[in-house]
Amino acid sequence: MTAPSQSLPAAASGTKPLDPRIETISWILLVLVMISVPVWGSIYAVYMACLISINVIATVGLNITVGYAGLLSIGHSAFLGVGAYASALMWLHLGTPLAVNLVIGAVAAFAIGLVFGIPALRIKGVYLAIATLAAQYSLYFVFQQWTSVTGGDRGLSLPKIDVFGFGDTGFYYVVAFVALIATLAARNLFRTRIGRSFIAVREKDYAAQVLGINVVSTKLIAFGIGAAYAGIAGALLAAFLRIVNPDQFTLVSSVFFLAAVVVGGRGSILGSILGALFMTLMPEFLREIIALVSIEGADLASLLSPLREIIFGSLIVLFLIFEPRGLVGFVDRALGRSENVEARQEH
Amino acid sequence: MALFLEFSLIGLASGGIYVLAALSFVIVYKATNIFNFATGEMMMLGTYFFYLFDTQLGLGWIVGLGMGLTSAALLAIVIERVMLRPLIGRPHIVLVMVTFGVGSILRGFAGLIWGPNVRQLPETLPRKPIFLGDILVPGKLAWGFVTAGVIAALFMIYYKFSRAGTAIRATSTDQITAESLGINIRAVFLLAWALAGLLTAASGIITASVNGVTPQLGLVALNVLAVVMLAGMTSIGGVIIAGLFVGWMETIVGAYLGAAWQSFIPYLVVLVVMIVKPYGLFGEQRVERI
Repeated sequence: MTAPSQSLPAAASGTKPLDPRIETISWILLVLVMISVPVWGSIYAVYMACLISINVIATVGLNITVGYAGLLSIGHSAFLGVGAYASALMWLHLGTPLAVNLVIGAVAAFAIGLVFGIPALRIKGVYLAIATLAAQYSLYFVFQQWTSVTGGDRGLSLPKIDVFGFGDTGFYYVVAFVALIATLAARNLFRTRIGRSFIAVREKDYAAQVLGINVVSTKLIAFGIGAAYAGIAGALLAAFLRIVNPDQFTLVSSVFFLAAVVVGGRGSILGSILGALFMTLMPEFLREIIALVSIEGADLASLLSPLREIIFGSLIVLFLIFEPRGLVGFVDRALGRSENVEARQEH
Repeated sequence: MALFLEFSLIGLASGGIYVLAALSFVIVYKATNIFNFATGEMMMLGTYFFYLFDTQLGLGWIVGLGMGLTSAALLAIVIERVMLRPLIGRPHIVLVMVTFGVGSILRGFAGLIWGPNVRQLPETLPRKPIFLGDILVPGKLAWGFVTAGVIAALFMIYYKFSRAGTAIRATSTDQITAESLGINIRAVFLLAWALAGLLTAASGIITASVNGVTPQLGLVALNVLAVVMLAGMTSIGGVIIAGLFVGWMETIVGAYLGAAWQSFIPYLVVLVVMIVKPYGLFGEQRVERI
């Protein structure tokens, strides 16, 4: 079952670049929509927009690792947890401002990520998946058991944050701004030497090595950047929900982020945005549907969590089988970019 | 010393369960080259099938066992045929992601149908403790170990001497040569998954006969992965030694350092194996360093 070699690694980025004018216009439209959410939206819409922005950051991070570098990480939410706890602890004990907490969250997640990544990435194969699964379980365990620092199952409660005296709206703008910067940074990363080398390593590690790329350090950087993005997202999540507890960072939420990457489109920044959007809104619709359909007295909460597991898993399986390019594939087709060798290419 | 021996025996007995699950993992990996992250969930669902036929439908444990194992094998066949077969030839990472997704689906279904609470299996294994001199071993654990040993032995005989077992071994050595010699590779894949379904269900039922079954039973998968990595992914014989060793070490650490440390053992094993000997103790040197 070796991969057939007829897939042509013609265009390095996998898909043909979008017309720059269309791309610029889409970015401007996105920014306008993001700015205007608090104007036309209810409090609930602002809340969801915050959540979506945070999930976009985490999904972009996982997409760098899984989509661009071709490394399977299945413990992404554990690194969100590291970022969340690190920033919450900084905040509670040292009273540092949010900007510092974000950096600390990113650095902490990067460092912990490397602890799990270094042994696994020296060898070829699915070892990173095993190591990240181990990270998922053991970090959850640390969050839960190290009561004196993490507060155990009850977790940590954080004070309310007030940005420029605008309350929730102000905080939304902070989150949206960070998400925008993170997304743009990721997009530009793949125009630099480092970003391109991620793709080269994914396509053929031997060839990349021949080209003078240090495969191991490239993989480590790709995995570390993914974890750092998760750390930033985790730090924002902590500030947003004002509570950090172990149950936010379980295997289910790692499946959630992997599904967001696969559904959106691996190796695509646009895909990460679409995937995070889809995956954040989907459970909300699901809740509405269950509330409509269900009989009186049925326990909604107990239905919802297994249903989410089924749907997240099914989305991963179905998209990988039927539309490996994810929602981006649909977008491409809608824009009339027909399927060709480059567009079909997969990693 | 007597206490140490007692813990050791308990540990070895609990390791026997890992052996069965790890065998199922290895057979799939060898035959189809797929790294099956749904092993733990297959264990859990196989156990629920047994519970369904035996207790919920009241068919008794002999019929329940037969139908439970059959359903588990059928489930494994469906996973292979419907979800993994269309992906043959695609990159390895895609197949692994699919098994991960399958695991999530199976967990969800178990939670949906049977709920999050513990379900106790009927008392099929004798409860009476076994005394070896001064040493006491809980009856269920001891008989569970014996059962696991018998199943593992039967499996090894089948794998070594039957025609189908030979076909699996041939496929694992070289797929293209095996196919050109007239071995039906697709049938081999199905057979490997069916065997994996049987083995996971058996190990799940034995595990659950001690503690009952919850949707969280699949979490044991990390311990199983540790066993598989220590054994070296492809070694059937190595799995037995590695399984017993990991079970033993867990119990000893849990007994002397506290249960909290026990949870780190699988991860520690995985880490040490990756750093020191990536192809495990008995594995083929398929693994490459970069």
